[in-house]
Amino acid sequence: MSDHDYTPSSKVGKWFNDRLPLLTLANHLTDYPTPKNLNYWWTFGGILTFCLITQIVTGLTLAMHYIAHADMAFESVEHIMRDVNYGWLIRYIHANGASMFFLAVYIHIFRSLFYGSYKSPREIIWIIGIIIYLLMMAAAFMGYVLPWGQMSFWGATVITNLFSAIPLVGEGIVTWLWGGYSVDNPTLTRFFTLHYLIPFLILGLVVLHIWALHVPGNNNPVGIDIKKPSKDTVPFHPYIVIKDGFALLMFMIVFAFFVFYSPNILGHADNYIEANPMVTPAHIVPEWYLLPFYAILRSVPDKLLGVVAMLSAILILAVLPWLDTSKIRSAVFRPLYKQFYWILVADVLILGYMGAMPAEGLYLLIARVATAYYFLHFLVILPVLGFKEKTIPVPLSITESVLGGSPNLAAARNRESSEKLK
Amino acid sequence: MKNLIKLFYIISFFFLGTAYSLSAEKVDYLKTDWSFKGLFGKFDRGSLQRGYQVYTEVCAACHSMKYLSYRNLAEKGGPEFPIIQAKAIAASFEVLDGPNADGEMFTRPAKLSDKFVMPYENEKAAQAANGGAYPPDMSVLVKARGGGVDYIYSLLQGYEDAPSGLTLDEGVHYNKYMYGNKIKMSAPLSDGIIEYGDGTVASVEQMSKDVTTFLMWAAEPHLEARHRMGFKAIVYLIILTVLVYFSMKKIWSRVESEV
Repeated sequence: MSDHDYTPSSKVGKWFNDRLPLLTLANHLTDYPTPKNLNYWWTFGGILTFCLITQIVTGLTLAMHYIAHADMAFESVEHIMRDVNYGWLIRYIHANGASMFFLAVYIHIFRSLFYGSYKSPREIIWIIGIIIYLLMMAAAFMGYVLPWGQMSFWGATVITNLFSAIPLVGEGIVTWLWGGYSVDNPTLTRFFTLHYLIPFLILGLVVLHIWALHVPGNNNPVGIDIKKPSKDTVPFHPYIVIKDGFALLMFMIVFAFFVFYSPNILGHADNYIEANPMVTPAHIVPEWYLLPFYAILRSVPDKLLGVVAMLSAILILAVLPWLDTSKIRSAVFRPLYKQFYWILVADVLILGYMGAMPAEGLYLLIARVATAYYFLHFLVILPVLGFKEKTIPVPLSITESVLGGSPNLAAARNRESSEKLK
Repeated sequence: MKNLIKLFYIISFFFLGTAYSLSAEKVDYLKTDWSFKGLFGKFDRGSLQRGYQVYTEVCAACHSMKYLSYRNLAEKGGPEFPIIQAKAIAASFEVLDGPNADGEMFTRPAKLSDKFVMPYENEKAAQAANGGAYPPDMSVLVKARGGGVDYIYSLLQGYEDAPSGLTLDEGVHYNKYMYGNKIKMSAPLSDGIIEYGDGTVASVEQMSKDVTTFLMWAAEPHLEARHRMGFKAIVYLIILTVLVYFSMKKIWSRVESEV
């Protein structure tokens, strides 16, 4: 933060700013020096902020018409779809918005993995991000329960039952979560309350996420530390604002296509059948964005160990900055890591596919291999790779890599020799 | 090393392909041209009105449609019956109302604001009258089934004699599009079972198409508005995106970098 010395030009502005430095904050946000070589994978932070705001605004509107009661929830959703002015639009934006949110967050996370954005000094940004991701999953799961369709009910039953795997106290915890002896009205009302609360927790964490980002500044595709401000940076406004805006509009076109032309394609048909505790659906599947973890859960034969594996698959990400031993951030200069990165991407996609299929035969076998590989990647490949890999020399500055073509071998060698002299 | 990743992708696609072809028997539904599909998709008004006739004369004997009101029949984007006709339709049903000033319940002819009258008092009564199977509510039926309109359309025409070797219980019928091929509903449609007011020949195929169109509207009453707004929204977004793109190029031309 290089702008602590900002002084507003007007007297009133100065008076106000001395008491509450909002103008200093605004000045910091507009001038914030950003690497000029950020590619479009970096626009998803802004897109995610848009997604969060969209979910909160549409969610507030839906909450005005929705009734959180086991006997009336399904009907109230139909009331929104039929009789509330533009209720269909608001609900379809909210329902598809959840999928868009996860699409964007997965791109955002995999961008971090590729360019090593989680590495020192950005570990706290990364860990806050993982907490946000966990809260997003909780919010999405509870939101899916609210329409009280068959998948809502049985999805809630399956997921809450996972807690019964905890030794000794498991059953008690499940009863406590349900507020009774099965998923029922008390479960619905508390899920609604929490579904309403969590987005605001996420909003608070997003502020911390951005605050923590503004301390070291953005990582960049070259992955090197840069001087700020310098010829390697541009002010956030207007350069990044317009670029994020452009990317957001492209994203909104895809979003609009889902909302207006295939609003139900990402949901499960069974959720248009009202919840019935007496009838179990043929296949209980979660929403697409939870499928990889569902596959991991089912690929372990023991219930408790399955739950442990599923949770570890997410929590392992939180310690990623210490599992990855390489000092080089960007995969551009790590030829081996780059290959393993794309294998991991494929592995997660395979897990997602297997999560949607019945857990039997060949599917189960593939899911098990993919689960094993997922952990192998983080626990063995990444730590070893940091020591074994021969990396490509990184350029000294962004300008060099942008103008001179990367990498500039001569400059890098010079620097290496000068470092040896020290 | 480049080859390693290529090899990995080839192997995984091979496995996925195998897994996909092994996955649960895929059904080829009967296809027909739905007027409501596509960028500008709209309902065929005549088909909706005929579909309502099929629903009310055939399906409504067992299937409820509890989220629809008689007023919906006259609303824009639906069958668009003239308001007088919709009132007459409503008035042909009796609803329970009250209590009146004497504290007594009474029946009266339905009004536009009433919900569609249900064929049975409750779910149990419906089950009792249908050999234990509950005829599902049809309000959102199209959205509640995997194949959507194609599934419903096919199911209505999918009744066949059971293949030899398959024995069916009393009151169970064979339908090649039903999940598990066994269905409690007997074939609801047969040629000429109803007489269309507009002179269209009431073949099973025609009635299936009409009633499925009607069910699609029942499940998505604002489909036409959605398609209209969607087209405008996407055109607007594309124009704005192009404008922002050129503004971005202009702004970024001041620095030595690419966008």
